[in-house]
Amino acid sequence: MASKRKYRGIDQLSARDKVVVTLMVVVPTLIVLWLVWLPAIGSVLLSFTNWDGIGPLSGIKSVGLQNYRDIATIYPPFWPAIQHNLIWLAVMFLVATPLGMLFAVLVDRGVAGTRFYQTSIYLPVVLSLALIGFIWQLIYSRDQGLINAITGGTTDWYGDPNVNLWAALVAASWRHAGYIMLLYLAGLKGVDPSLREAARIDGASESQTFFKVVFPVMRPINIIVLVVTFIESLRAFDLVWVINKGRNGLELISTLVTQNVVGEASRIGFGSALATIMLLISSVLVFVYLRIAMKED
Amino acid sequence: MTVTADPVEERSQALLKPREGGPQSGRRWLLPVMLTLISLIWLFPLLLALVNSFRDYAFTAKNGYVSWGGFTLDNYTNAWEQADFGLHFLNSAIITVPAVILTLFLSCCVAFVVARFSYTFNLALLGFFLAANLLPPQALLIPVYRMFRAIEVPLWISDSGTLLNSFVGLILVNMAFQIGFCAFVLSNYMKALPKELYESAVIDGASVTRQFFQITLPLCRPALAALAVLQTTWIYNEFFWATVLLQQGDKFPVTSSLNNLRGQFFTDNNLVAAGSMIVAIPTLVIFFVLQRHFVAGLTLGATKG
Repeated sequence: MASKRKYRGIDQLSARDKVVVTLMVVVPTLIVLWLVWLPAIGSVLLSFTNWDGIGPLSGIKSVGLQNYRDIATIYPPFWPAIQHNLIWLAVMFLVATPLGMLFAVLVDRGVAGTRFYQTSIYLPVVLSLALIGFIWQLIYSRDQGLINAITGGTTDWYGDPNVNLWAALVAASWRHAGYIMLLYLAGLKGVDPSLREAARIDGASESQTFFKVVFPVMRPINIIVLVVTFIESLRAFDLVWVINKGRNGLELISTLVTQNVVGEASRIGFGSALATIMLLISSVLVFVYLRIAMKED
Repeated sequence: MTVTADPVEERSQALLKPREGGPQSGRRWLLPVMLTLISLIWLFPLLLALVNSFRDYAFTAKNGYVSWGGFTLDNYTNAWEQADFGLHFLNSAIITVPAVILTLFLSCCVAFVVARFSYTFNLALLGFFLAANLLPPQALLIPVYRMFRAIEVPLWISDSGTLLNSFVGLILVNMAFQIGFCAFVLSNYMKALPKELYESAVIDGASVTRQFFQITLPLCRPALAALAVLQTTWIYNEFFWATVLLQQGDKFPVTSSLNNLRGQFFTDNNLVAAGSMIVAIPTLVIFFVLQRHFVAGLTLGATKG
């Protein structure tokens, strides 16, 4: 053979190649390690300390579970925040996600004008949730808003703690349903057409075909959609932050963490304990997601 | 899958293809009517903002929103000046462009190694990146914030002297969070490329660098285009990190600067609407011009192949 180097399979690397491959992995790994995983570990460790953020790191004292006890007992916004996050999750899970799935099924039926329907429904997905907060202000504002203009009411939809969570949820669902529709539609298109055909020949109705045939084969997509819904609900932040920085009826765990760091009072240990609670919940979701997403490997 | 077919194109076309058979029930008119109704309801908030962004505040204040007339372009010029959008668009570009390019490049590197070689740690590596993409950013805020405040950088990198309040810091954080998703999508894409390509390259004595730049990257163009569109939208829309890590208002990117339109005691909603439209324009342009890439990018991540 005339080749200068003997061919020993495609995984065979020269010394220089080895350096290149190592760099290709190490550089991105270091960035993610530094800015995601170290902070995650840092949040957990700091949550067991009393650091006020001012003194030197050497002055840190371990306080055990004191921060967690304080959060549960003497921190008034905590339980409302947990409750709001759960309501948020419930609405996304029970309303917005099924709505998006329904839209996908309807759009998938392939009537004329599909492009228009599809485009209109997922248009909000390209907008940031912060921007969505501003756009819905035209509908919700007390003095100038559309709802009050039509009904003659005087409710401050973003300000009144009895209703503002629900107002925010309508705006968030507006976007979430479009997102889910897009994911689900891609899944529906991937279903083997012969399955539907077989069901039809066996005399199944359209809804029977969907629930008994299509839905079960879409299990991976269903789980992805579910996890996306859970993660998005846990991460919800932008919308409530632009409305009122997550106070007065709009407390979420994410906004409490932020207030404890950026706000006037920086309570590091305390905020870290809140962050750790978030990390704990999300790690379960991440685990489920990874198992599904990487199953084929 | 052949190498020459464009899966992005296939994907966006597949979404539009009517299913064989179509509606079977006798009430064929029902579905289009329902879908039209849903579409109109979904478009309504945006259309309301669009229409009112062109209306005079004094007019709507007097006649209410359930009226017609008072059209003007003033809101746009006022919003542009009041929120200083020229500056903030520049900030957005300074943050988004390098962040997207670097994210895609580093993701390609990771994906290439994972897809090209059969190392035992490949799966763990991909998991390490993908999981990072899914953690709630707020939970990492405290250490990131303190680290950035403590890390000093030369003044030519950041006029604040630290990574806090600097564009570099924000770009790094955006990268760290987005590499996972892109590496995952790209590695799936690269795994579908036939191994024989590398075989002939190795026999010809091509180095890994050459294989990467001359074989893999050109073949990944469709996936890269889709991810570039998606990442541009996401990083442009990113709100949380920009708001907490940049503390001077004049450094805010567009998305975080909308608050400038809110008066202390009084908010002119038509002005806010015009500002919202200005902020939405880049993403809407992307949406209408590059829609198929956007859709492909999102669905590539969720479904395989």
